[in-house]
Amino acid sequence: MSFMQKPKVSHSKLLRNDLGLTQRDYEGSMSTLCAGCGHDSITAAVIQAFWELSIEPYKVAKMSGIGCSSKTPAYFLSPAHGINAVHGRMPSIATGANAADRNLYYVGISGDGDSLSIGLGQFIHVLRRNLNMLYIIENNGVYGLTKGQFSASADVGSKAKKGEVNQQPPIDPVIAALTLGGSFVARSFSGDKEQLVPLIKAGLMHNGFAMLDVLSPCVTFNDHEDSTKSYAHTRQFYHPAVHADFVLSKKPIRAAYDDGEAMPVELHDGSTVVLRKVSKDYNPTNRAQAYSYLHEHQKRGEIVTGLLYIDEEQREMHDISNTVSAALRDLPYAELCPGNSALEEIQKLYC
Amino acid sequence: MKPTDTSNPDYFHRVVDCQWACPAHTNVPEYIRLIAQGRYTDAYMLNRESNVFPGILGRVCDRPCEPACRRARVDEKPVAICRLKRVAADNKDEISALLPQIPKRKNGKRIACVGAGCASLTVANDLMPLGYEVVIFEKQHEPGGLMRTNIPAFRLPARVLSEEISTIVKMGVDLRLNQPINSMRALLQQGFDAVFVGSGAPRGKNLEIPGRYDDKTHVHIGIDWLESVAFGHIDSIGKRVLIIGAGNTAMDCCRSSLRIGADDVKVMARKPLSMTKASDWELEEAIEESVEMVECHSPKEFVIKNGRVAGMLFEVLEYHDDHGKMKSKMLGEKFYPADDIVLAIGQENAFPWIESDAGIELDQWHVPVVDKITMQSTLPGVFFGGDSAFGPKNIIWAVEHGHQAAISIHKYCQGEDQNARLPYGMNLASTKMGIHEWSYSNSFDPSVRRLVPHVSLKERFKKINIEVELGFDAEHTQVEVERCLNCDIQTVFFAPLCIECDACIDVCPTACLTITANGEEDDLRSRLKAPADNRQQPLYVSAALKQTGRVMVKDEDQCVHCGLCAERCPTAAWDMQKSTLKIPYAADQTPQPAPQRRSA
Repeated sequence: MSFMQKPKVSHSKLLRNDLGLTQRDYEGSMSTLCAGCGHDSITAAVIQAFWELSIEPYKVAKMSGIGCSSKTPAYFLSPAHGINAVHGRMPSIATGANAADRNLYYVGISGDGDSLSIGLGQFIHVLRRNLNMLYIIENNGVYGLTKGQFSASADVGSKAKKGEVNQQPPIDPVIAALTLGGSFVARSFSGDKEQLVPLIKAGLMHNGFAMLDVLSPCVTFNDHEDSTKSYAHTRQFYHPAVHADFVLSKKPIRAAYDDGEAMPVELHDGSTVVLRKVSKDYNPTNRAQAYSYLHEHQKRGEIVTGLLYIDEEQREMHDISNTVSAALRDLPYAELCPGNSALEEIQKLYC
Repeated sequence: MKPTDTSNPDYFHRVVDCQWACPAHTNVPEYIRLIAQGRYTDAYMLNRESNVFPGILGRVCDRPCEPACRRARVDEKPVAICRLKRVAADNKDEISALLPQIPKRKNGKRIACVGAGCASLTVANDLMPLGYEVVIFEKQHEPGGLMRTNIPAFRLPARVLSEEISTIVKMGVDLRLNQPINSMRALLQQGFDAVFVGSGAPRGKNLEIPGRYDDKTHVHIGIDWLESVAFGHIDSIGKRVLIIGAGNTAMDCCRSSLRIGADDVKVMARKPLSMTKASDWELEEAIEESVEMVECHSPKEFVIKNGRVAGMLFEVLEYHDDHGKMKSKMLGEKFYPADDIVLAIGQENAFPWIESDAGIELDQWHVPVVDKITMQSTLPGVFFGGDSAFGPKNIIWAVEHGHQAAISIHKYCQGEDQNARLPYGMNLASTKMGIHEWSYSNSFDPSVRRLVPHVSLKERFKKINIEVELGFDAEHTQVEVERCLNCDIQTVFFAPLCIECDACIDVCPTACLTITANGEEDDLRSRLKAPADNRQQPLYVSAALKQTGRVMVKDEDQCVHCGLCAERCPTAAWDMQKSTLKIPYAADQTPQPAPQRRSA
């Protein structure tokens, strides 16, 4: 880790967003991760996405559990809210926070250990609840913080740094999310910000649970020749199936997209994701087809990326529970806590 | 774009903006680091290598380095490079033991220099250690040329000037004072092996408008007047003074006037002040002393009453931009009363002493034709430098001319080809000390530029030779040295090692780096992470990267050399390497016998 801080000086002609802020205003403290960690690139992509969307940092809640990945919310959006939760339990905490204030942007940063091992149960249920949040899994196939043991996402045949071969089949968060009814399922790569940044933006604007699995090589323990989660391997077998262009509602969709391969999907706030399909027959709104496409390409060892499935119709937790639209803190006290008599009225219903 | 050729010394040299802008290519970042370490003598000697007169230049240099300073692009104000140079000179120890040894046995070649100014002295400085006998002819009774006659003592004390001149004279220079050269032909007949002319641009421009010669005692030519003031021949002037012209000479004239009796001094500029040739700091200092700057006034007539100057009539102008050209429009006329008028509208070369049949080709303005590289005239063995070569420039240019002329003279005397000059060299050495340690102060210090303290406005006018600038004290110096961005600590990229993890790009505080598909320069500049519209600054383009074939592009414009790219690079594809420009001087041109060690 570096001991020096990133200097406060910035490029004199740095661009400003609609709020008059530069990307530097969306930064956090200096990363303490290993130099070259994919997680830092994802941090930079998150910064870029929030900046491009002109979201005020104080309207954001950063949620995380435990692991290298879960340290990263400290490295972006210093003025945002945040909870660094117990290992694998971030989805519950995020659910509670979201229940209390649905008007914040929720971004959860988790890892393959935090989501697919210790926190798999929580991950599945938050997906099922369709909690309105962006959930990023920084996926590197190893437990970096405990020096490089295989994680639940390590591929069969992938070698550890010291030579052991992984024998157990991996849990693929994308397949899991598809089969468990996820409403927004995407995969990307820390080394491809052109793909990653629009996906983060679309995920933030999606009304429901946006699961974004990001391959994020561990330079220290899993970036060697026999690893299937290294920079080189990921680039070699990289297969973008769908490219997402995020378009803010104000901006018209360019005509160039009307060539049959482009498919605009309107998000609930009126903004649009234009999906440019690499293969013509791929339909990112057809769950079964998405699954078989993934399955087919995975057999060939290819890493399918892009916004692989989206369903804007699915209701998120608040819609299902029919809760108030205001944040609880904005409700008058009498309304929030109507008193003993009201409680007795409710209890009568169950007598 | 093709991968940047960093084996060409010019590439990394150009990144060191101050050094690149300096005519003598002084190694600024290195001497600032030496000052930071308290090694003032070493900083002085490093300066002396290239600019010969650090104490003088630390006060009155034209400072082409400062407008070029990278700090001005990221943080408004440049590093106070010039003032730091003075810190080294003010605090140095005895340097005599560090100077080159002068051989007792001479090499038998005798060189004549005309004028004991900065150019001739530089030639002597470079040639004396090689065994030459150097004779300098000076028309004044003291050496120094323009530095003594035209720069007032309140900016450059005689003590500083004399010290640095005597360092050179003590090398055994035969300095002949009060000996003007009146005939080139006669000089050539004296049997010198080479002649160097460093006699400056001694003629102040005149203003031929009505009334010019009607009062001979109260209208002065700026540089002649300054000389008379410097030597004490003039010690008073009228209360109301008009200075015509607004260059640096005008600034010296107006401030000198205030010290010998004037109390209402106006500088009359023909153009808007924003276009004046005066350096910002000289303008500021004159304004601080309550000199009034009057712009857009063009002199029309000297107004004489009863045979004495009463003032001057001006045309008041207004300027406007006409398709990129400045056009003026006359608004009216205005009279300004004055007791004395000083003309400071420029100076020019004058060689009445060079006979047209001396064998030296003169151009239409009767100025010798001089080769820009060798400094030689059309007569082999006769060289020119300083203002006498290409017209008025400044001290630091004169020094550089001196260095180049010394190389040529040496080659000429040794029968070598003057055009076969050694090229610049460049050394690169890593500054990596440990995993997170660098051998330079790499953190960015956000402090603002320190202001140099001045003698109070009350005190400074008491005598003409009270130096106004006091120089930086220890606290100022400590802050100012840290403002230097160490541009000579280069970001060096080794493409085969890069794994395209983006770590450097994400961490760079000034968004200098981008990995992208290669393209032509215009196209590349439009695709970089931050606006790259400063075309004065190069793009550093790598070879194709291994994994994707894209290229790493660095826009050198606003890099603060903090080293974070190298710090966060997992494969050491980036390294911070100190570049040292190897500048060849006369002594480097021919292999010299190993210097004899001085016995203890």
